[in-house]
Amino acid sequence: MDALIRTEGLAKRYEVGGGAVHALRDVSITVAAGEFLAVMGPSGSGKSTFMNLIGCLDRASDGRYWLAGDAVQRMDDDQLAVVRNRRIGFVFQQFNLLARTSALENVELPLLYAGVARAERQQRARRRLEQVGLADRLDHHPSQLSGGQQQRVAIARALVNDPSLILADEPTGALDSRTSVEVMALLQSLNREGITVIVVTHEADVAAFASRRIMFLDGRIVGDERVRPANAQDALAATASLGAT
Amino acid sequence: MDALSTFFVALRALRTNALRSALTMLGIVIGVAAVIAMLAVGSGAQARVEEQIRSLGSNVMIITSGTRTASGVRLGGGTVQTLTEDDARAIAVEVAQVQAASPIIRGSGQLVAGPTNWASPIFGVTNDFFEVRDWPLLTGRLFEPQETAAAGKVALVGQTVARELFGEMPPEAVVDQMIRVRNVPITIIGVLERKGQSALGQDQDDAIYVPLSTARSRLFGASQGTLRQVGTISIKVRQDADMRVAEDNIRALMRQRHRLGPGQEDDFTIRNLSEMLQAQEAASRAMTWLLAAIASVSLLVGGIGIMNIMLVSVTERTREIGLRMAVGARGRDILSQFLVEAVTLSCIGGLIGILLGVGAAEAIGHWAGWRTELDPRAIALAFGFSAVVGVFFGFYPARKASRLQPIDALRYE
Repeated sequence: MDALIRTEGLAKRYEVGGGAVHALRDVSITVAAGEFLAVMGPSGSGKSTFMNLIGCLDRASDGRYWLAGDAVQRMDDDQLAVVRNRRIGFVFQQFNLLARTSALENVELPLLYAGVARAERQQRARRRLEQVGLADRLDHHPSQLSGGQQQRVAIARALVNDPSLILADEPTGALDSRTSVEVMALLQSLNREGITVIVVTHEADVAAFASRRIMFLDGRIVGDERVRPANAQDALAATASLGAT
Repeated sequence: MDALSTFFVALRALRTNALRSALTMLGIVIGVAAVIAMLAVGSGAQARVEEQIRSLGSNVMIITSGTRTASGVRLGGGTVQTLTEDDARAIAVEVAQVQAASPIIRGSGQLVAGPTNWASPIFGVTNDFFEVRDWPLLTGRLFEPQETAAAGKVALVGQTVARELFGEMPPEAVVDQMIRVRNVPITIIGVLERKGQSALGQDQDDAIYVPLSTARSRLFGASQGTLRQVGTISIKVRQDADMRVAEDNIRALMRQRHRLGPGQEDDFTIRNLSEMLQAQEAASRAMTWLLAAIASVSLLVGGIGIMNIMLVSVTERTREIGLRMAVGARGRDILSQFLVEAVTLSCIGGLIGILLGVGAAEAIGHWAGWRTELDPRAIALAFGFSAVVGVFFGFYPARKASRLQPIDALRYE
């Protein structure tokens, strides 16, 4: 398989009061297209910093990073914005939907910055909302939706510009266990369609749905294993029958 | 992102915080309204002065009889008639800068037309008078030479006189009417255009004009003293720039004609009315700009209000900015969004301010009785200024927003 992500000696330092804090040290990793990666580790281990660098939301202090063969460390701010817009879809723990804005318009947002015409924007946003099972919630505002529904709107937004990579930072952190499994099932089905998914989590049962697990500690990768992923659909069926009995 | 989408995004953000947007706008509304209302009041005052200048006629000087010292007793101004008809003629002929000079005798008396009568100032003048004052005829004709020479019983009337004597009769019908002036039968040969108020607030249309000779020999014969003397001389100078030279030349000529030695005082006074009015006009123009400057301060304060709210808004919406950047907004997209928000606020405020300002100007005109004049240029200026205020005070917060790093903005608490 082709390498979608390749890093060499990626590092991030923060200067704090005279001393330097090493959030990330010498991370070299290759992620192939189509993988489902779980990034794990205790808080402060560097997993979020790694995620922000991979997502082009932050710049590395050192090292090199290629996304689909393009050297990210040489890009300027505007080029990074284009990369985030076209190639990466973000899913956040707190959903980060625009308040007092309909689900449809929230999903349209990346297309707005991609310069897509209004009619096509609406059509594509509607299709993605249908895909995540919210066809009847197009005009609802975030405050009128449950947490699981809001996260699905966020996933539709991440998908709308046909990215090759979805980055989810604690996507189930604000959800109950059943809704968490629903969201993971959705991510798993997207992964089966060929989209590379990277999920940052500290929950082992969430990481169980990934096909590869990376463990961070003190800014370094300390574990990297390929596993047979749990099937989220089965888990969903199990919780359903549990609820029925 | 295209301009239209940017505008709609900005509009939506403003609508989301409707009350705050309205209050922010209020500063601009009041500023623009104040500028427009103050300029209207100022221009109104200026227009009034300009109208007085026009009604006076351009480049007009007036010579009045001055003091005379008799046996060491200095008499007050105008106590003796020192000017003559010949002085007027000499000024017109000998001073090159003078276009026309008209001798004037002034009196008053009762006018009678059939059953009605009216008291009015009576002026004895020559045809030059109407040239000096830039005062055209509405209908009828000026004096014929033989009427001027032989005290013809004819008169030109102002519109107030025509109305008081003949009511709503059309001006054409007033011509050829016979009236009695101080009991002398006089035929009206023309009606003058409306002239309005003089600089001193007198109704200039309330007057009747007869030939100089008629006034002297038929109307005021006994009271006007010796032959050929007149009360004042009105002079029109050809060019504005020549007023000073003309004044000096006239003074020299008059001193020579009145045989005044080097040590003697002038027995006449030359008043440059145009100059006085021009000074007044300059003063009212200065007042207009002063008022506008004071009003602009409130526009400036309104602008600072916009900046304040935009800064609060940027801080408050930092996470939103981070999210927009995460999904692909570039720095300039964020910059233009906040800039357009600020400019939209100030432009809508500007439009409301225009309506309010026009209303306020009308209200001032109506209730305070001041004359106000709305200048479209002033309105354009105030609106343009409000747009500039939006750009100027919106730029700093917008740039601040656009320079955030996506991750810092997203993590902002």
